[in-house]
Amino acid sequence: MKRLYADIHKTIEGFDLNVKIESDAARIGILGESGSGKSMTLRSIAGIETVDSGHIEVDGRVLFDSASKTDLKPQKRKVGYMFQNYALFPAMTVLKNVMAGMGRQTDENRAKAADMLRRLRMDGFEDKFPGELSGGQQQRVALARIMVTEPDLILLDEPFSALDSYLRDRMQVEMLEMLEDYTGQVVMVSHSRDELYRFSEELFIVSRGSIIRHGEAKAVFRDPESTIAARLTGCKNFSEAVQTDKHTIEAIDWGVTLKFRKKVLHPVHCIGYRAHRFDPVWGDKQENCIKCDVVRVDDLPFEKNYYIRTLREDEPLCWFVQGEEQRIINERGLPDYLKFAEDDILLLE
Amino acid sequence: MSGFVELAKILDWSPLWISLKTGVVATIISFFLGLWAARKVIKKDYRAKSILDGILTLPMVLPPTVAGFFLLLIFSRRRTFGIFLNDTFNIQVVHTWLGCILAATVIAFPLMYRNARAAFEQIDANLVYAGRTLGMSEISIFWRIVVPTAGPGIASGTILTFSRAMGEYGATSMLAGNIPGKTGTVSQRIAMVIQDGDYVTAGFWVVIVLVIAFVMIFLINMITGKHMKNIRKW
Repeated sequence: MKRLYADIHKTIEGFDLNVKIESDAARIGILGESGSGKSMTLRSIAGIETVDSGHIEVDGRVLFDSASKTDLKPQKRKVGYMFQNYALFPAMTVLKNVMAGMGRQTDENRAKAADMLRRLRMDGFEDKFPGELSGGQQQRVALARIMVTEPDLILLDEPFSALDSYLRDRMQVEMLEMLEDYTGQVVMVSHSRDELYRFSEELFIVSRGSIIRHGEAKAVFRDPESTIAARLTGCKNFSEAVQTDKHTIEAIDWGVTLKFRKKVLHPVHCIGYRAHRFDPVWGDKQENCIKCDVVRVDDLPFEKNYYIRTLREDEPLCWFVQGEEQRIINERGLPDYLKFAEDDILLLE
Repeated sequence: MSGFVELAKILDWSPLWISLKTGVVATIISFFLGLWAARKVIKKDYRAKSILDGILTLPMVLPPTVAGFFLLLIFSRRRTFGIFLNDTFNIQVVHTWLGCILAATVIAFPLMYRNARAAFEQIDANLVYAGRTLGMSEISIFWRIVVPTAGPGIASGTILTFSRAMGEYGATSMLAGNIPGKTGTVSQRIAMVIQDGDYVTAGFWVVIVLVIAFVMIFLINMITGKHMKNIRKW
């Protein structure tokens, strides 16, 4: 069983990083805004960044331990790191880049490197220089260069942020395919919930240098637990909340009383609702509804964003409508009410 | 023109060989010392960097005669270090070819060092980190990643160093003197024949220097240009 354990404490220029990541998932995601400490976490695991105290272990091999003063050099960690800009060596050909971490330039190594390039569909590019490749091709070379060294762990630092948006979607799918043969764990850091939702089995959410939520990726999206985590997973609508009884929560900012069939057990101070989840209601008002008073409409290529008046002037509700639903609205006109589905209401601390 | 050909036949060519040898040796020494110093200096903090940089650049800023003065002070056979070198290792610097090399190296070294340093500082730190996570040794990272990536800067440093070393006059004349066939470089020969009023011989040497300088620069540009495919034009 593969297992990553990283307990990292570090203070740098007034920023405190205190993260603990423990996972035996094959694909681990770290979601956070820029400056949240997610990249620093990755760099600490790789040994590029120094750590003040803690313990880092991959498959039972200790890479760092402040108690026993263990601090392996990045060279000895067997941790592959893919940089945001891929960091291909500009003065080396593609083949030489892939061979860079293989030690001696033997024929055997050359064949192995060429084989890896073939597996990542980069054969024919062996003698090109990185500057002659597209972003997607550079990424594949960077991955080949890592995989050929057979690391115990692979770290991907915002791997898609340098790509054009149309390439990004394709490379996300390709990345999963390319990593299929790799048996070790892979950690991916990103600020994009879409990338991580697709990629991760287990997801960690980082904010201001600490992990604020972790768990099975789908479960984290379903129940982010905190406002910050909900926002990072893409939730657009938030309201301050007051619980009046076991089955009722008052959404103060929206002026809506929400009834729950199930008992609400945890203390709730805030509720969130995803912009895609509203049910349009025509005719009479039902339970858990808000009046559909549209203050603004944004027309996007594949969806319409409606903004609905609430009690807070500056914060209208976002309602995002796509495809079939939009077709119905075009036919019937705007609904009279929007209904909050009980199962989609995020109860937040 | 026929005068020049006649002149070429009877000319003492030794200054050319002395200058070329001096230039090549001083460039090789400066190359390795310059890369080494640049690598050390960029790792220092701001304060130490400023001080070290100042010391290493000084020979370039000072008049060469001032550098020559200090070199004489150190290596004169009447002074402690000069005596030590002479008695222990039988090494003489003043009025020898070694003096030529030393003077040229001291004067030209800052050009190598400064160009290398500037080129190193432009390098994306991720390249070095990538090398480390791939398991490459620090030495291997330096010679296989850092130096080739800094190639254009290092190449221009090398060209400038060679040109400066080959043409060195001030410090060389003080330390090594102008002994024909031994320390008499082209620059010194030009100055000497002009003092004698022999402008034809001076002009002949000037043309040779111009040709060599141009060919060297052209060659190095060609060699480095080939490996710079990856650097995009702007």
